[in-house]
Order: sequence, then C-alpha cells, then structure tokens
Amino acid sequence: MNYSDTSIAATTPFLGLENVRKTYPGVVALDGFSMEVRPGEVIGLVGENGAGKSTLMKILGGVTRPDSGTIAVDGVAHDGLTVEGSLRSGIAFVHQELNLFENLDVAANIFFGREPLRGGPLRLVDRARLRDMVAPLLKRVGANFSANTPVSALSLAQQQMVEIAKALSIKARLVILDEPTSSLPIAETDKLLDVIKALKADGISVIFISHRLHEIERVADRVVVLRDGMLAGTLPKSAINHDQMVKLMIGRMLKEREKASEAARAPGATALSAKAVRTPAYPARPVDLDVRRGEILGLAGLVGSGRTELARVFFGIDSTLGGALELDGKPVVLGSAADAVAQGIFLVPEDRKLTGILLDLSIAQNISLPNLPAHARRSLVSASTEAATAEKQKANLGIKAPSVQTRTGTLSGGNQQKVVLGKWLAMNPKVMILDEPTRGIDIGAKAEIYGLMRALADAGVAVLMISSDMEEVIGVSDRIAVMHEGQISGILDKEHFSQENVLLLAVGKKPN
Amino acid sequence: MSKKDLGLLILILVVGAVVAIINPRFLLPINLANTSNLIGLFGILSIGQAFVIITGGIELSVGSVVALLGTLFIDFIAVRGLGWPIALPLILVLGAIIGLVHGWLITRLKLQPFVVTLCGLLIYRGVARFYTADGTAGFGFGQNFPELEFLTAGRSWGVPNSFIALIVIAIVMWVVLHRSVFGRYLYAIGKNEEAAKYSGIRTGRVVMAAYVICGVLTALSAIYFAMYTRSISPASHGQFYELYAIAAAVLGGFSLRGGEGSLVGVILGTVLLQELQNLVNLLGIPSSLNFAVMGGVILIGVLVDQQWGVFRARRLMLDASRKSVAAE
Repeated sequence: MNYSDTSIAATTPFLGLENVRKTYPGVVALDGFSMEVRPGEVIGLVGENGAGKSTLMKILGGVTRPDSGTIAVDGVAHDGLTVEGSLRSGIAFVHQELNLFENLDVAANIFFGREPLRGGPLRLVDRARLRDMVAPLLKRVGANFSANTPVSALSLAQQQMVEIAKALSIKARLVILDEPTSSLPIAETDKLLDVIKALKADGISVIFISHRLHEIERVADRVVVLRDGMLAGTLPKSAINHDQMVKLMIGRMLKEREKASEAARAPGATALSAKAVRTPAYPARPVDLDVRRGEILGLAGLVGSGRTELARVFFGIDSTLGGALELDGKPVVLGSAADAVAQGIFLVPEDRKLTGILLDLSIAQNISLPNLPAHARRSLVSASTEAATAEKQKANLGIKAPSVQTRTGTLSGGNQQKVVLGKWLAMNPKVMILDEPTRGIDIGAKAEIYGLMRALADAGVAVLMISSDMEEVIGVSDRIAVMHEGQISGILDKEHFSQENVLLLAVGKKPN
Repeated sequence: MSKKDLGLLILILVVGAVVAIINPRFLLPINLANTSNLIGLFGILSIGQAFVIITGGIELSVGSVVALLGTLFIDFIAVRGLGWPIALPLILVLGAIIGLVHGWLITRLKLQPFVVTLCGLLIYRGVARFYTADGTAGFGFGQNFPELEFLTAGRSWGVPNSFIALIVIAIVMWVVLHRSVFGRYLYAIGKNEEAAKYSGIRTGRVVMAAYVICGVLTALSAIYFAMYTRSISPASHGQFYELYAIAAAVLGGFSLRGGEGSLVGVILGTVLLQELQNLVNLLGIPSSLNFAVMGGVILIGVLVDQQWGVFRARRLMLDASRKSVAAE
C-alpha cells in the first residue's frame, strides 16, 4: 500500500487535536486537551480509569462531538468528526471487547458487509476473490492462521489480529488499540507488539492505550499522559520510563490529600480467609487473602486483574479450582450462592441491573427475596411482614421512593444500590463483599454508601470492597489489597496508602 | 383479577353471547356440560404447562405423555387387573419421574427445554405405540369401575366432575403460584434467573420442581382423558395437546420469555379455546377449519395485547412530557 502524500507527511501531522473540551452533566471529561499524531508514529496513551481516555476515543471515532476545540485531519481543521468522516479519514479502532462473529470464519469477518459478489441476481459471495483479498492482509499482520479458520478456534491475540486486518482492509491510516493486551498472556502479547511494529513500518500511525506500562516502554515513540481530562505531559522516546509515566499519571500534589485521616484501627479476627484459592479466570494463580472482622478491606487493581472473579468464588457463584476457603477459622465449601448466603457471606454485585436486583419486582419483594421463608407463614408469603422489613430498610438506608411497593426499575441508580444493600442488611451479614459499589451513582448517594460500609465494619462485619476508583479505595479502606494478573501483588497498611503505591502494585511493581 | 384477565373474560362472554344468539343450542345443559368437561381436561394440562412457561421454559412432550400414561393406565386396570387406587398414584409418580428427568436435563446438564421436551415428545409417542404394538388400549366388554368412572367422567349436580377437579386444582395452584414462597421464586427466576441466583435462590431446584408439577398434572389429565375416551390408539391420542396447553397459557397472558402470567389467565385461556372449538361445531363451520380459527384468534389476541401495551407506554410518555413542560 502506498500513499501519495507520504512525502509531505513527515511534516504534516496526520491528526491534530487543538484545545478540545468536552463536558457531561456534572463532569469535565476533557479540558483543553491537545495532541498530534504523525504518520508512522506509535503513541502510547496512558491515564488512570476516568482520566478521559474513553471520551477521547469517542471523539476520534465520531461518536460524540467536542464542545469546543478543533480536530485536524491532514491539516484540515474540523469542529468534530462524524462516524463516517472518521472512517473515511482512515481512523480504525480495535476495542478491548472484540466485535467479531465467532461463528463465521476469518475472511467473512474481515469483509463483513463488503463481501465481493459474483454478480447476478442471487448475490452470491465470490469466495475465491474474498480469499485473495484477505490473504495479503493476514500476511501483513503476521497471522499464522488461514482465512477460512472459524474465529471461535482462534486465541484472543489471533482474534485481535483479525480486528487489525479488518482495520487495514478499510485502508486505515491510524489504528487505535484500546487495552489490547489486558486479557492476553505474555507470549501472545509479544506477537501483538510485533504487529504494531509492522504497522509502523508501513507508515500507519498507532495509538496504543494500555495499563501495562512496560509494553508502552517497548513500542511507543512518544507517550501522552492524560489526567483529569487534561494533558498531564508528553514524554519523547528517550524519556519514556515507568517512573516518569506513573508520576505524570497521578500528579504530585495529590499525596497530601489522601493521607490516612484516622488512626489505624485494631484489626479484628479473620472472618473470611482464602488459602491458595484458584479462580476460573486465572487458574494457575493461587490467591491468599484474609478479610478481618470490623475492617473495610479495599481490593484494588486494574480492570481484568481478576477481582470480580475472586468475588464470585467467595460468593459461591463459581467454584474454586483449588485451595480452600475458611470462615471464622472453619473450612467452608460454597457450591452455590445459596450456600454463601446461608453462611452470611453476601455480595453486592458489579452489575446492579443484571444481577443485583430484579427490576420488575417491588422494593419490598427484592429485599425479602434472599430470606423469603422468614417472611412467610406455612410457606405462604406474608405481605405485611415483607412490607415491614422493607420499610425498616427504606428508613435505615434513606431509600427515596413513593413506597416500598414501588417497582425498583423506576428508581435512580443510587436508590437501586441501596435496595441491593437493604436486602443483605435485613439479614445478618458476616462478610459483605461490594463490587464497585458506587459506580454510576451520584456524589450524595456515594457518601451515604461509604457511611453504611463504615457502620457495617463498626458492627463487626468483614467488608471487602472492590473498586477501581483510586480516591475511593484510599479514602474508605482500612487496608488495601492490590491484584495484578490474578494474584495479590501486595497489601498496603494505612501508613503506606498512596495512589502511587496502589498503582505500582497494580502494574506488578514494588511499592515505595 | 388483572385488567388482562378481565379483558379475556369479557371476550369469552361476548363470544358466548354471539354464539348463543346465532345458535341457542349453545346454552343447552348438555352442551355446557360437554364443554365444561373438556375445559376441565385441558385446564389441568394447561396449568401444568403454565408452571413451566413461567420459568421461561416449555414442555412439548405433554401430548405424548398423555398418550403413554393413558395407555399404561388402561392397561394396568383393564388388562393387568391392578386396582385403580393403586394404578392412579402409580401413574402420577410416573408423571413426576418424567418431569424430574426433564428438569434434571435442563438445569443440571444445561440442555435447552425445547430440545429436551421435543425429544420427549418423540420418545413417549414411540414407546406408547410399541407398548400396545400399535394396537388400541381399551376396556373389555362389561368391564366397569364405578367409583373411578364417577370421579373422572361422572357429574355432581349436573356439573362434570372433571370440571370440579379443575376448580379444586386451580384454587390450590393459585395459592401456590401467587401466594407461596415457591411461586415468588418462580416469578423471580422467570424474570431474571441470574439475579435470582445472586439472591441466594437455588434456581435449579425450583425450575426442576416446576417440571415435576407439570409432569404430575399431565399424568392426572392423562387419566381423565383415558377415562373420557375409554379407548386409546396411541398413534393419535393426545396429539397436539401440548399446543393447546401452550396456546391457553399464551392467550392467558403468559410470556414465553418467562416471569409473566396468572393462574386465572391460563384458566380463561383454556375456556376461550374450548369455546372456540364449540363455536366451530355449533355454527356449522367446517371442522377442518378448527385449527385455523384457533390460530387466528390467538394471533389477534396477542396482537391486540401487544399493541395495547405500546399504546399505553406512549401515552405514559406523552403525559410525562406534558407534565415536565407544565413544570417549566
């Protein structure tokens, strides 16, 4: 593939963002952000969760328009891109969640909707031509599989190569890889990094978004760091190193603010203890973790580090592949969530609407569900007992709803989350696991949920809070355990709390 | 009674009135008794189906089970000389076992309900035909079972006992479905099985129990059908009965996705279906059109219900937007 303008491209950036600003109700997602991408340049884009990376991607993909600022493609400035405009300019995305039809083969996926036809009224696919068109693309990404392999038979890295081949098939000039390696094992990651180098050699620009900083070190020509929607800094190739990136990602001033606000508490006895537990997500990585009574143990880590999977094992949804669980020093076997509930181990799951509550049931029906036999006389549900329990939780948690008979689907996210909490608080929790408890919840409700978690801990409950929100983890926890690729990479006591330490552990490095 | 059920009841009364005006024989005691007998037989079957559908499942083997267990029942009492007080519970246990196996395959081995029960449909039909060597199972000349015949095909105060049995079963099952812990679990699982599981419900057991209930009620209706027809040719007995049951549930407001429907609804659905059958006979419509009439009415019923839902949602939205405009 050759582009007639490659000669001048050395001076004109392919893409230039100038002072881009984007706000959503209540948040500034991007604030005067500028960057440029030159042809054949590999840019590493890093930033914490919520730094503005996804908004930037949406703007480049034409899904959303910036409030102000300009986006220049080949030196021509626009107020914003459309989806078609983005495609026509040759910007292609490979998302973290792949968009492939697993039941179709590689060739069909790459040219889906653009299949070469044989002509005639039947619109038959010209399979021979399709194969000829796919072969060079696969060669360019260094694929070791053929065009007629079903996608379901490919590994994750190979599937990503298919996505990249798809990007190349639309004559992409900029390929944006969003966390492509977060779910890849190391050997597969190397292959992907080779593909990036091959793209660069062809004059195609790459924006590589990753939490794995050592991979960025290996391939990036330049690193752009986002923080709180602003450009925290750029690092030229010579200055790309791990410490510099982390420093820019968290900023300097933050450290004072998250100093431990209270004195460390005296730790209680161990309530839930994982002994070399292995989860289905990382079968080769045993996890040891103790959650003590009366503490809030924060479980930090990057998306995909295996935290939710660990919670699922603690709650009996998935069975352990090895190792053992102990509750109050005695071994427990959890074959189902019902077993966990019977033991007093409760989970507030990550996906509230799918697994937390039943949207079609009322507040009262949701709250009584895990403990329905206690709300029944001779196995007939007593509506009055049910309502009484719900009223108590409604008052206790401050659930804002016309009545306890209100359908939970009509409540706000914060109130729905309180219903999930309410159904467990109405029973006697020993261990309370909360997976991203404040995601999608407004600030007021957040503070209330923090207060509830603290009250639970003070009442002697062992609280395990999974969170990707750094301030939340540091502000709420008594101890922080950090996961990295399926294992606990470290546990921080209150005096060692800092964003930097959590982040270092999350990427698998030693804390300071 | 929900609005949906009320609408269905009105439809039944309107259709009944129209048929009665065109052909007054509709209201003759003998016609009403015959129709209510059939409502009793199909109603028991349909309640069982409803318990499965509420979980989001389906039970397609019902007609074949009616054939197989009916054949076995007649064989037990007429040929093998087993007393009916023993044969009857035995058949119910067999029905429970069939339900248990289906439920086990679906919840433990994660097979799809459609596939499991479709295989059941084929298997039980085949077994029934093989059992009688494709012959007819029936009673010998002069063979009488007065008590059994009274309970199944007899009448009390002019009302068929099968209909009375349906009423009793319906009341019990109404309590189970709408008032019991188990019934709440069924609705919760039908709405969102994953969330039910995350609330600590042993969803597998609950779903399995639904199939067992369906199996037992199907077995009971198999006995009623056997005593009603008195002779069974296993190649055709009970054919399409699963579809009658599913149709009654759908007419009665059940969603095949699960989690929706009421016991009153499925009974009214059964009544409407039998009323339509009766209508075809009484109005001189060629009986070959029987299924076409049934299919047409179900389609219209479901369509009206769905469009009504869309209309209501739109009206609610309009109201809300008007209110918010007024507030500004």
